[in-house]
Amino acid sequence: MQYKSQSVAKLYFIAAIGLFVAQILFGLVMGLQYVMGDFLFPHIPFNVARMVHTNALIVWLLMGFMGAAYYLVPEESETELFSPKLAVLMFWIFLVAAALTVVGYLLVPYAGLAKLTGNDLLPTMGREFLEQPLPTKLGIVVVALVFLFNITMTVLKGRKTSISIVLLLGLWGLAIFFLFSFYNPDNVVKDKFYWWWVVHLWVEGVWELILGAILAFVLIKVTGVDREVIEKWLYVIVTLTLITGIIGTGHHYYWIGTPEYWQWWGSIFSALEPIPFFAMTLFAFNMVNRRRREHPNKAATLWALGTGVMSFLGAGVWGFLHTLAPVNFYTHGTQITAAHGHMAFYGAYVMVVLTMISYAMPILRGRAANSNKAQVMEMWAFWLMTVAIVFITLFLTAAGILQVWLQRIAATPMSFMDTQDKVALFYWMREWAGVVFLIGLLVYIWSFFCKGEDKTAA
Amino acid sequence: MAGTFTTSMARNIFFGGTIFFLLVFLALTFQNEQIIPQRDQRAQLAANPAIAAGKKLWETNQCIGCHTLLGEGAYFAPELGNVYKRRGPEFIKAWIKTQPTNTPGRRQMPQFNFTEQQLDDLTAFFKYVSEINTSNWPPNIEG
Repeated sequence: MQYKSQSVAKLYFIAAIGLFVAQILFGLVMGLQYVMGDFLFPHIPFNVARMVHTNALIVWLLMGFMGAAYYLVPEESETELFSPKLAVLMFWIFLVAAALTVVGYLLVPYAGLAKLTGNDLLPTMGREFLEQPLPTKLGIVVVALVFLFNITMTVLKGRKTSISIVLLLGLWGLAIFFLFSFYNPDNVVKDKFYWWWVVHLWVEGVWELILGAILAFVLIKVTGVDREVIEKWLYVIVTLTLITGIIGTGHHYYWIGTPEYWQWWGSIFSALEPIPFFAMTLFAFNMVNRRRREHPNKAATLWALGTGVMSFLGAGVWGFLHTLAPVNFYTHGTQITAAHGHMAFYGAYVMVVLTMISYAMPILRGRAANSNKAQVMEMWAFWLMTVAIVFITLFLTAAGILQVWLQRIAATPMSFMDTQDKVALFYWMREWAGVVFLIGLLVYIWSFFCKGEDKTAA
Repeated sequence: MAGTFTTSMARNIFFGGTIFFLLVFLALTFQNEQIIPQRDQRAQLAANPAIAAGKKLWETNQCIGCHTLLGEGAYFAPELGNVYKRRGPEFIKAWIKTQPTNTPGRRQMPQFNFTEQQLDDLTAFFKYVSEINTSNWPPNIEG
């Protein structure tokens, strides 16, 4: 570790992994409810499990991004963090807010939670992924602004690199677009239109800048390739991301009451969205092939390559699968969307955070890389989780194709619930793949406690 | 990459390209705002306060956590954007009142203990959503 203040990242990474476990456990509950409908009812209804599953994911990825920024920015800027104390304080506020929110979801009926937390003052709750009570949303804004202040001040007082500029743009964009979560008009069409300015412009926009910056940073470190080369790649990738992804938002505007010209704009631009992801795959492999050093942390390199491949498959290929309007007419709101969501989130954002953790955590613990034994274990976890998510995606895709056929294309369409019964076999297989994912995650956590001879001190 | 292509050129293309396409997107959004009044049933919304009340009930009971509305939400329970056309108001109200079914193994919907007034608000909301012009989505009445 070059700068003492980088150590605040450790807190964020540990909490991120903790929330990751919660996310997967609730995912397994939901998966079981898909086939055993009354499982845990009425104690944990499906909607509650889903809120915890998705919100825990969002929060742990944000924690991962913040941890990554606190680790990366001092090193890029060649200066200590502006205020490590503020970073630690914000960590505890964020963690307590997240914990209270989850406890609220689990213990208080949602309507009661809305009343209790002042939703009447400014109704923002009850929209997908933005279910958080008003105080939590405000807390996210405060934490994000203080975090941005801290990071921006650090960059301003030190060296300004392309990586930190792209990262900052991504993080500022993240905070700015979150503000649309406070806009909730009665008009459903407008509500949905601007809801996507948070959801789409996050995951298919500014988050990709954060992803690119983190990946570029780790690749510089593990490959030793010239910064000049890597930063050029980074700019090309994020350019492609935003020129396709911003107007690509149109692929959500086909069937929600918005004008039909979006079918053209959305189809054309979102069909190009796989290109930046493919560039990312080429980028990762190219840099590793041209490496100028053999970094002892093989696991981090594996995660970086994995991010390149899996983000292309999940976000690029599985996104393209249903993004053209004539296809989406049949697939919109089916398990196809769920299949894409799972592999895209894992391949792009889960993997890039795990890449950063894999690279930074050994250094934060005082060594350049973990012991061979621990790295082998971590690589086992990589393969278990990655293969499991591939199968989850394949099974959900199969369920989705059948669902589209039975419910929307067949001459005598079946009802939603009858269709669900017909595809139950695939839901069972998805659940088993989910169990393998959990095993992979447990192996991953175990790898942190694996003893063995450490590689050279950092 | 060719030696003539420098980092500062890449950076300029990034900023230029992003700003250009952001402006195009904002122009499309402006155009969108001009057209949606013909499609989004806003006259109905203004005339009938029950719709907004129904939307709030929809939100504060987190219906989107299981159902989809115009294809967005969770995929655990049926699409409700067109439920008004599929089932009609009386069926919707009766259905909500009798939940949960407690049929073993079947997916369960909680009991929300809505008043008659609230049930009417919800059905007004479903009627309004079902009349939004969605370019003929969903493909058929099953949603």
